[in-house]
Amino acid sequence: MSEAPAVRLVEVHKAYRRGAQRVPVLAGITFDIAAGEFLALMGPSGSGKSTLLNLIAGIDQADSGDVIVAGENLARLPERLLADWRATHVGFIFQFYNLMPVLTAYENVQLPLLLTDLPRRERRAHVEHALSLVGLADRMSHYPNELSGGQQQRVAIARALITDPPLIVADEPTGDLDRESAADVLHMMQALNRELGKTIIMVTHDQRAADHAHSIMRLDKGVLWSNPDDAAAVQPAGQG
Amino acid sequence: MVWRNAWRHKLRSALTLLGLVVALLAFGLLLTVVDAWYQGVNASSDKRLVTRHKVSLVFTLPQNYLGKIRAVDGVRLTTYENWFGGIYKEPKNFFPQFAVDARTYLQVYPEFRLTDAERDAFLRDRKGAIVGRRTAENYGLKVGDNITLKGTIFPGEWNFVLRGIYSGGRESTDESLFFFHWEYLDETVRQRYGGRRTAQIGLFVSEVEDADDIARIAQTIDAQFANSHAETRSETEKSFQLGFVAMSEALVAAIRAVSYLVILIILAVMANTMAMTARERRAEYATLRALGFAPPFLAALIFAESLLLALAGGVLAVVLTYPVAAFFGAAVSKFIPHFVVGPQTPLLQMAAALAVGLLAAFIPAWRAARVNIVSGLRAVA
Ligand SMILES: Nc1ncnc2c1ncn2[C@@H]1O[C@H](COP(=O)(O)OP(=O)(O)OP(=O)(O)O)[C@@H](O)[C@H]1O
Ligand SMILES: [Mg+2]
Repeated sequence: MSEAPAVRLVEVHKAYRRGAQRVPVLAGITFDIAAGEFLALMGPSGSGKSTLLNLIAGIDQADSGDVIVAGENLARLPERLLADWRATHVGFIFQFYNLMPVLTAYENVQLPLLLTDLPRRERRAHVEHALSLVGLADRMSHYPNELSGGQQQRVAIARALITDPPLIVADEPTGDLDRESAADVLHMMQALNRELGKTIIMVTHDQRAADHAHSIMRLDKGVLWSNPDDAAAVQPAGQG
Repeated sequence: MVWRNAWRHKLRSALTLLGLVVALLAFGLLLTVVDAWYQGVNASSDKRLVTRHKVSLVFTLPQNYLGKIRAVDGVRLTTYENWFGGIYKEPKNFFPQFAVDARTYLQVYPEFRLTDAERDAFLRDRKGAIVGRRTAENYGLKVGDNITLKGTIFPGEWNFVLRGIYSGGRESTDESLFFFHWEYLDETVRQRYGGRRTAQIGLFVSEVEDADDIARIAQTIDAQFANSHAETRSETEKSFQLGFVAMSEALVAAIRAVSYLVILIILAVMANTMAMTARERRAEYATLRALGFAPPFLAALIFAESLLLALAGGVLAVVLTYPVAAFFGAAVSKFIPHFVVGPQTPLLQMAAALAVGLLAAFIPAWRAARVNIVSGLRAVA
C-alpha cells in the first residue's frame, strides 16, 4: 500500500467541558484510513464516534493532534478555508437526512453546486445524473415531506456525491430507517465505494449495517479497538 | 429559498405581516395628523407679515394703525381681519370665520380663488360672504344661500348671503374658512353695542416687496407703536402660524411619540418572529455550514427574509394609507380641514419598514452566522 492514506489521525485529543469538569472524549487517537476504504465505526453510545467523525469531516476541531484528510492538515486551516475545503472534499450523510424542507429534491441536490461556478445547464445535468444514480429521477420536484425516509436519505446521498468529493462521512445513515430502506441505502453506499472509489466512513450501531463495510473499528472510552478479523486497512497504533 | 422560507409558517408570517401593515398604517395616519397640524405653516407665504397685539391675540388693535403700517417703506399692501367665532346652527358645526377687508384681503391672499363673477358679487354685497369648498360641501351650502351665524364674541344673530365658494390655489390652502365684510361687522357692532367696541382689528397682514427685508419691516412697524397703549408684535406668517401650533406643541409631540412607539412595538414583534424562526432553523443553518456555505451567506438569507416581510408590509401599508386617510379625512374634515397624506409620509413609512426589517434580522443573523456546526446539527436529534 504505497498510496497515501485518505485520512491520517495522529495523537488526536478532544475533551468537552461540563461546568468545571473536563470530560475527555477522544484520548490520543492515532490511525490511518486508506483511500477507497469503506469503514464502519462502532461503539457504545457516548463513546465519541460522532465526535471523531466530525473532526475528520472538518466541522469540529481537535484540542491537540493532527487530523490530515486528503493531504490537508485540518487543524491548521482557518474556518473560512475549511468551509471551502468541505465543499469540495467531503460529502455528508446524516441520520435525519437534513434536507432543506423548502427546497425540492432537485434543489436540495443542487445546493452544494451553488458554491461552484458551474453554469446552470451543467448543474442540471449533474443533478439529474446524481438523482438517477439513487433511483429518484422521477421524484425531482418533490419536497422532502412528500418523500419517504428512505427516499429522503437517497436524496441526501445524491447531495453528498454531487460535488464528487473523495470522502463521504455518514453518521448513523440508517438509524432512522426501516430494514428495507436501510438495505437500499447501504447498497447504494457500497456502490459509491466500489464503483466511484469513494472513501466512506460510517458510524453505526447496527451490526448488520456494519457488515456492509470492508472493515469495522470499535471506539470505546476514547480509544480505538480494531476488528481482529480485518486489520488490513486499519492500523491502530499505541493501543494497549 | 428566501421566498419559500418566508411563507413556511403561513399563519405566523401572515400575522406578522398584518401587524406590520397595521403598525405602518397607523404610523402613516399619525404623521398625516401631524402634517395637518402644521398645514397652516406650510401654507404660509414668506412675503406676508402678521401684526398683532403684543400681549395676546385676545386683544385688538385700533383700526387707525392701518395707515401707519401701510406707510412703512417696503410694505406693498396691508389688509386686516377679525376672528368672529360664530356658531352655524349647532356648536358642533365648527369652521373658522373671519371678518376681513375683502378687497385687500383677496389681493394679499390670492390663493383663495373665486370666479370673477363671484368675486364681484361678494365685493358688491355688504352682507355677502364666501366660504371654502370643503365647508360648502360639508354643510351643503350653495351660492345664493342665506346663512345665519350665532355670534359668541359678538352676540346676536348675523345674517349673510353666500356669494362665492372659493377653492384653494395650492395643495396646502385651507378650504374650510368663511369670510365676510369687516365693515358689516363694525357697523353692526356700532348699532348694537355702541362705539366702544368699534374700529377694532385682530390682525393686520401686510404683503412686503422683498421677503429678505421682512425682519427690518417688522421692527419698523413695532417701533412705531412702542410705548403706546396697544403695542404690536409683527412676525412672518410662518412664525405666526408656528406660534399657533406651539400652543398645542405638547399634543403634537405626544402624537409623534406614539407614532414612533408603534414602530418600536412592531420592531419587537418582528424581531421576536425572526428570532423564533432562526432558532427553529438552527439545524438547517448548521447543515448549510457543513456543506460549505459561509456565515455571511446565512446572515444574508435571514436579512433577505426579514426585509422581504418588512417591505411587503411597508408597500401594503403605503397602498392602504391613501384610501384609509381619505375615509378618515372625510370623517374628521369638520375639525381637521386638511387631512391629506403628505409626500413624505410614504417615504417615512418605507424607511420605517426598512429599519424594522434590518434591525429585526440583526441578532438572528449574527447568531446564525456564529452557530456552532456540531451543536447545531445535534439540535435535530
Ligand atoms: N457539546 C458538548 N458538550 C459537552 N459534552 C459533549 C458535547 N458533545 C458531545 N459531548 C459528550 O461527548 C461524548 C461523545 O459524544 P458523541 O456524540 O461523539 O458520542 P457518540 O459515540 O456519537 O454517541 P451516540 O452513539 O449516542 O451518537 C458524550 O459523552 C457526550 O455527552
Ligand atoms: Mg453519535
